[in-house]
Amino acid sequence: MPMDLQHFWGAVLALSILIYVLLDGFDLGVGILFGLNRDEAQRRDMMGSIAPVWDGNETWLIVVGTVLFGAFPVVYSIFLSAFYLPVALLLVALILRGVAFEFRYKTTRGRWIWDVGFVAGSTLASFVQGAAIGAMVSGIRVDGRDFAGGPFDWISPFPLLCGIGLVLGYALLGAAWLVLKTEGELRDWAFAWLPRLMTGVIVVVALAFLGTLLGDFRVVDRWLAQPWLVLLPLIASLAAWQLYRVAAERRSDWQPYALAALLFLTAYLMLAGSFWPWLVPYHLTLGDAAAPEASLQFLFWGAGVVVLPVILVYTVVVYWVFRGKVDPGRQYH
Amino acid sequence: MDLDPVTLSRVQFAFTVSFHIIFPAFTIGLAAWLATLEGLHLATGNVLYRRLFAFWLKVFAVAFGMGVVSGIVMAFQFGTNWSELATRTGPIQGPLLAYESFTAFLLEATFFGVLLFGRDRVPRWAYFASTLMVALGTTFSAFWIMANNTWMQVPVAFELNGSGDTVPTDWREILFNDVLWVRFPHMLLGAYLTTAFSVAATGAWYLLRHRHLQAARTMLAMGLGLAAVLTPAQMVVGHFNGEYTAEHQPAKFTAMEGRWQTEQPARLLLLAWPDAEAERNLWEIGIPYLGSFVTKGNFSAAEPGIVTVPADERPPFLIPFYGFRVMVGLGVLMLALSWGGVRLMAKRRFRDPERLPRWFLWAVFLHFPSGFIAVLAGWLTAEVGRQPWVVQGLLRTADAVTPSLSGAAVLVSLLAYVTVYALIFSAGTFYIYRLLRAGLDETDPEPGAPAAPAPPAADSGATPSRPLGAAGSGFQPGAAPSAPRRDPL
Repeated sequence: MPMDLQHFWGAVLALSILIYVLLDGFDLGVGILFGLNRDEAQRRDMMGSIAPVWDGNETWLIVVGTVLFGAFPVVYSIFLSAFYLPVALLLVALILRGVAFEFRYKTTRGRWIWDVGFVAGSTLASFVQGAAIGAMVSGIRVDGRDFAGGPFDWISPFPLLCGIGLVLGYALLGAAWLVLKTEGELRDWAFAWLPRLMTGVIVVVALAFLGTLLGDFRVVDRWLAQPWLVLLPLIASLAAWQLYRVAAERRSDWQPYALAALLFLTAYLMLAGSFWPWLVPYHLTLGDAAAPEASLQFLFWGAGVVVLPVILVYTVVVYWVFRGKVDPGRQYH
Repeated sequence: MDLDPVTLSRVQFAFTVSFHIIFPAFTIGLAAWLATLEGLHLATGNVLYRRLFAFWLKVFAVAFGMGVVSGIVMAFQFGTNWSELATRTGPIQGPLLAYESFTAFLLEATFFGVLLFGRDRVPRWAYFASTLMVALGTTFSAFWIMANNTWMQVPVAFELNGSGDTVPTDWREILFNDVLWVRFPHMLLGAYLTTAFSVAATGAWYLLRHRHLQAARTMLAMGLGLAAVLTPAQMVVGHFNGEYTAEHQPAKFTAMEGRWQTEQPARLLLLAWPDAEAERNLWEIGIPYLGSFVTKGNFSAAEPGIVTVPADERPPFLIPFYGFRVMVGLGVLMLALSWGGVRLMAKRRFRDPERLPRWFLWAVFLHFPSGFIAVLAGWLTAEVGRQPWVVQGLLRTADAVTPSLSGAAVLVSLLAYVTVYALIFSAGTFYIYRLLRAGLDETDPEPGAPAAPAPPAADSGATPSRPLGAAGSGFQPGAAPSAPRRDPL
């Protein structure tokens, strides 16, 4: 086999997570910001800016889940058992926000219910994802091939801080998306939120940094051993600085999203750099966790070589079809 | 109170998957129905199909949304509640479900956006192609789910490695075995029949209320016409499903048949009430000889009873027994109704649909939920009948549960799912009902749509009277038809 299938599927997994975060991140973020805007016309535009694509975005989460199941079944089992309650919360949250896209337009009297569900669901889903990442960084208890901890292990300061951080981070992506997709008052409103959210993210990241140092996580050794990783926070700082400038001068509609995405990319690479090649930190590496060669090959020749490129192409095409600003007059509802 | 994580996890899985299957059962057929309508509209230019499309698209949107959100739950439950299953059979089940994400979910989710929001952003052919992509996506999804489930019913082409994991030995066998290729059509036909009866029932409802006569007639005729062909096909395919069950899952089969002791010749039981301890039925009604005939094709064959299966490998009795009877009974009713409908069409009674017998319209209307109930009953038969195994003969359900799982945690998640599902299910059903009650928009659909051949102005009345092209569904309401027309079927 010329190509190492374990690494191929590790890369597909990494790519799927990144795509999920960058895409569903902005529509979860718009859902979070939705709660801060009381104007019905603007709310319609906010929802309109994500309505055609949210479903496809969220599907990347399923792709992440099933690629784990298919290529690294042990990891799928351990993570989902370890995060039993957070995953249940995440799913309930995604249900509530998902139905809001249809349901809020089917009623006037009951609209507030679905709006509350949309905002709470978006916020909760973001928070839980952040908390799960935080819990993973602090380490989960594993015995052999099974999770060996309790259902509330993830409730501790560091994961909760990461949860708040991701809510702010997704809201930042969401505000940047709104700048890109809307005009007039709503865009100004979104511009105004950019620096506040950026500051919030920076504060949380600083606290998390302190937490990592105090918590004596093994991650620190990793960073000391690979000093090139320090480049990543440097790039992130430059991106944040540029984001403040663009937001203050309101001179570009596309730069905020690009910069916010760059911030997420650096954060993502920092995480990857901190843990590679562990999939379940300090218990299972990519190689330990990989499914048998026969499973990886079956996935590779169909899903990997043929379907994945096709998906990437049609995803780009559909985003291109829905390019440009949201037209308030051309809504489906 | 002792909370058993296995029982609670089973209840949770049964609850979430039963809730979920309702929506795919509807949307697999609806997607194909929408693609047909859009295709007919492209081919004929008949504005009626355009209106029907716009109408059913709204229903589809609500049902599809609920199917998506309830489906996400399923993708994660294998890991949250059944991690032993996920770890041990992941090398086979994982890739199958991954293929579903890759080939189906992304396809349908992405093009669903185009369907709802892209009508005036893409050319007409691309819009039609998008409806086909959504229909293709739902079909692929059904295929991978059936492939996965079939492997749990009849596991093939695997060997166990050192840690007891199933390692696939032949994917061709997993994807192209005979069992899968009778079960997959069975599910697809079930979904199409579900939609066919929903569409026909909606048409019947409108006719009972003297609304949208033209569209209602088309829905009734297309729905019943399709069902008239698919119901007998489904019965044949269903029979093959029974054959594979008898061959590969004798325990399930005896429970479906309600047979405790081996009989020769065997009866076909219609109703029964079991006493598991005494290993007999307290009472039963059956037809002599027919059991042998249905299974073996002759009137003298011996049929094994459930006592041939070790006691700890027997499934519960009542659910497979009655689930199977509900499904078959509804199938027979569907056959009678759809063939009755075709007979009425043959007698040209559809020319003036308002004069169709009201009892017939009522019967069709009341069959709106039949397909849903039949699909659920069939799945209950298949899944409960497989117990106590999660993978037949290989892994028991009780051994498949997540080791670290506490009963309290499952109770919390179960209550959360029940609450949220109750909320969205009642709301979703109510909104679908309201969409159906609101009816079609007969002032021509969305603005900015490509111009249809028939000028909208002439059709703006509540009862359009313009002959509308090749499908010939135009008729004069309240007046005896004078010109010969072809029915849509």
